[in-house]
Parts: sequence; C-alpha cells; structure tokens
Amino acid sequence: MKQKKARENYCLGIESTADDFSVGISTFNGEILANIISAYMPPEGGIHPREAARHHAETASKVLEEAFKKAEIKPQDLSIIAFSQGPGLGPCLRTGATVARALASDLGIPLVGVNHCVAHIEIGKLKTDAKDPVTLYVSGGNTIVSAFDSGRYRVFGETLDIALGNCLDVFAREAGLYQKPSMPFGAVVEKLAAKGKKLVLLPYTVKGMDMSFSGLLTAATNLLKKGEYKLEDLCYSLQETVFSMVTEVTERALAHTEKREVLLTGGVAANKRLQSMIKAIAEEHDAEFCVVPSEFAIDNGAMIAWTGVLAYKQGIATPIEKSFVKLRWRLEEVEVPWVK
Amino acid sequence: MGEMKQPLLIKKGAEASLYLADWHGRKVIMKKRLPKKYRLSKLDEQIRTYRTIHEPQLMHKAKRAGVPTPTIFLVDVKSATIIMEFIEGKQVKQLLGEVSKNERQRLCLKIGELIGRLHKYGIIHGDLTTSNMIQNSEGKIFFVDFGLGEKRKELETRGVDLHLMKRALHSTHFRFAKECFNAVIKGYSKVLDTENVKNGLDKIKEIERRGRYVAKRKGGKE
Repeated sequence: MKQKKARENYCLGIESTADDFSVGISTFNGEILANIISAYMPPEGGIHPREAARHHAETASKVLEEAFKKAEIKPQDLSIIAFSQGPGLGPCLRTGATVARALASDLGIPLVGVNHCVAHIEIGKLKTDAKDPVTLYVSGGNTIVSAFDSGRYRVFGETLDIALGNCLDVFAREAGLYQKPSMPFGAVVEKLAAKGKKLVLLPYTVKGMDMSFSGLLTAATNLLKKGEYKLEDLCYSLQETVFSMVTEVTERALAHTEKREVLLTGGVAANKRLQSMIKAIAEEHDAEFCVVPSEFAIDNGAMIAWTGVLAYKQGIATPIEKSFVKLRWRLEEVEVPWVK
Repeated sequence: MGEMKQPLLIKKGAEASLYLADWHGRKVIMKKRLPKKYRLSKLDEQIRTYRTIHEPQLMHKAKRAGVPTPTIFLVDVKSATIIMEFIEGKQVKQLLGEVSKNERQRLCLKIGELIGRLHKYGIIHGDLTTSNMIQNSEGKIFFVDFGLGEKRKELETRGVDLHLMKRALHSTHFRFAKECFNAVIKGYSKVLDTENVKNGLDKIKEIERRGRYVAKRKGGKE
C-alpha cells in the first residue's frame, strides 16, 4: 500500500455490537484522533436489542459529527470506513453496518468489515505495546482466553454459557442496584465487594479450559433472596469466585503457550481486583502484565478503525454486497495476516 | 512422606507442579498443588483439597472402567500432594503431529474407546486434551490429570467432556482436527450404544449453539 504524499490516510470505525454506539478515527499509523462513545442505558432490565438499535440510529449523526470535530478532519479526508460486522446483537449490528455502508458509498471509498473480538485484541496491543500476548477478554458479552497461533487468534478457553460481565450485571440487577453512565453495574459490584469480608462458597466451575457462570449466578441469586448474607459479602464472594476462575484458565493458557505477555481487555478489565489477580499470574510465569486503558477496553470505535487499517493494509476490504452482519462470528474464524 | 531424593520440576502447570522424583527406589511423579497467591486462602485451600482428594479416587475408578491411569502410591491432603507412578512414554499431543495418518487414526480411535469406557462408567474426565494422554513403550494409552474430573452420569456433563475433546483438537491440532475427532467418535461408538452416542453428539451441537461457538446459518444473510 503506497502512502499518499502530502496528506495522511484516515480510517473511520463504527462500533455497534451491543449497547454502545461509537465512532473512532485512526490514522494509518495508529494514531487515534477521536473515540466518541454513546452508551445506551436501558430504563430497566437488560439490553433490549431493538431499543438499543433505536438509540444507535438516533445518536449516530451526532456521534459522527463529534468525532470529525475532535479529529479535526472532514469526511472527504477519509480513506476507508471500517465497521464491526459481528459478533453481536442483530438489530444493533445492522444499524452500524447501515451507517457504514451509506458513508462508504457516498464517499466512494472502501468498506472493511471487522471482527469485534479481533479489534479488542488489536487495540490492546496498540495501546500497551504488547507483541504476542495471551489475551483475557472479559465483558458483558464475551469471556475469551486467546492467543495467536498459525495465522489466527485461537480460542483456548471461554465461557460455556453466559459472559462474566453478564453474570455480574444480572446479579446487580437482582439485588436492586442501579447503574449510571459513569458507574456501570460492574463498578457498583466492585465498590460493594471492597466492603465485603466474609467469603461465601459458591460453585467454582472450570471444565478444562472453559468456564460456566450460570449455575454460580443462580446460587448467588438464591443466597441473596434468602437474605442470610450481607450484599457486600455476596458481591465480594461472587467477584472472588468468578475472577479466580478466569485467572485459573488464563494461567493455564499462559503455561500452555509459554507466551511472555498477558493482555487484559474488555469492560471488566477496569476492575482492580481482577487486574491484581492477572498481574499475579503474569509475575509467576515471568510474563509482562498489560492492561488496556478503559476508554479502549470497553466497546469503542477506535478499535474498529485501527483493525480496519491493519486489514486494509493487507488488501482486505468488504464489498457492500458481502457486508451483511455476522451475529455469531467466532474469533478463530478470522485470518489475521498482519500478525507475524 | 518417606525418603525423597531431590525432586526435579518437570512441568509447572497452572493447576499443579509436577516433579519427577525417586521414592524408595522407584521413579515417581509428585504432583503438588501449590497455593495460588491470586486466590483468597479459604477458596484456594478448598479447591486444592477437593482436587487432591478427588483426583486419586477418580483415577482408581477409571482403572475399574478399563482405562489405564498411573498407580497412586501416596496422597497427602495437607500438603496437597499426590505421589504416583511415572509413565514413561510420549504425550499424544506430540505423537499426533509426528505419526502417519493411519497411526493417527488408530490413536484417536483408541482414545475414543477409552473416553467411552469412562463415560459408560459415569466418569467425566473434565480436561480431555491430548497432553493429558500418554502412550507408553508398549503402546498402551494412559489418561492422566483427573483434577477437574467428576463422577457424573448426566448427558450434559458427557456432552461437555466430548466438546472439550473436540475443542482441544481444534486448538492444538487444527490441521487434522476433523479427521481426529471423527475417529474419536468412531472409537466412542464401539463402547457406547448408538442412542448414547447420538445423544452425546446432539449435546455437543446444542452446547455449540448456546451462543458462542458456531454460526447457525453459516454464510447466510442475517
């Protein structure tokens, strides 16, 4: 790919897999110029895909405008448009994809469909300088331990049912807690857990490299309803148990692959207790501990933009007629020729 | 714990450390579950104690089911240590990449048969990977590391076990994962009846469909 003289190449990335609609702008050298995130907060219950998609559609033009303003460029300056093509919630993905297609065809520039999970790993590597890490990606929708091998990010361990973040969210909702844009459920649970002292034993389910959180969630919820334990102690016990599980699996992947770095990413990466556990196993195996700054750990457009750049430099683009969204697009289905 | 000449650390796993040691003139494996600093001590102790007690029990039951496992010599719950027979041989993980296609088929068929025996007897291994299978010089395949195993008969747990095997083949032996897993199922069918095999396979599909494993309509418009 020849660099054009006189002006930079820019990629605009659109992220809309779940409750966040975000637009990021990256230069072809990985400088992030803008990363605007608009979160959808359901009035009650979990994310309703259609309602979230409605939020995305309503907020899209405002977020785009803000991103251009922040990056100090015009739409005409863009070289490519990247969008998260999957995995995620159908209506949400489709909204982002529609915006991306419209922009690309209007500007007459290439479109690049990006895998959301790959993007989380790539932005993590960009922001922490990790080269070849074992990645623990924990969020409301995903719990994946992966590492690069022979052209792809291989999945070493993952959840067999719900995601770790989802487990914490549902428990928090069952407990009648409230979240705010500045303080999502995960942070609320973390704050309460810090006051907990008594460890209540909960089902610890690690099967090989995989984990299961649903039984544990039911057990914790039942204890909550019984009212015998303090909420602080239950939050503490829940956190300790689920984090110990993912840490054990991450350590196994680290021991198995003998990689020299561990990368922690996804929304739950912001949790200090989880950070300290992953840091401990990294030290144990002489590996470097890397954690993605939270702005880039949660779902964000910058990661889509940057991964779009990486793919496009390898000649990868997505024709509009092939840009349909892939709801269950697995991490290991994606070839990543830019990783050596 | 008796006489022990300098044990040699041969594998520092995430779950336990394995030492090769000389114990009363015998070559043994000493499996030690060291405390994990990242876990709270109460939780850590519970997990280590549970696994130290259950692993030898399951290994013993596996023998009854007709699946070779190392002989247990000593269990010390307090230090979370198990002393067992050292199986001299090669990990199936290594073998699969080295041998001919025919030999690979034979190995996988045999592995499937052994998994079948475990399941028929109600034993779930819990960590079916090719690094937990060792072939000795006589060609006998031993299953090791029952630390995450359980005694369960439910279809669900058998399905997860088979699914783990499939996943392990895909993550470590992706070049010939498919043919290997097919052979495993062929061997599995030798031990369990058609209905049980079918249910097991359906269960894998169901687990995969739980959301994160495969596209329902691959390549289809969504």
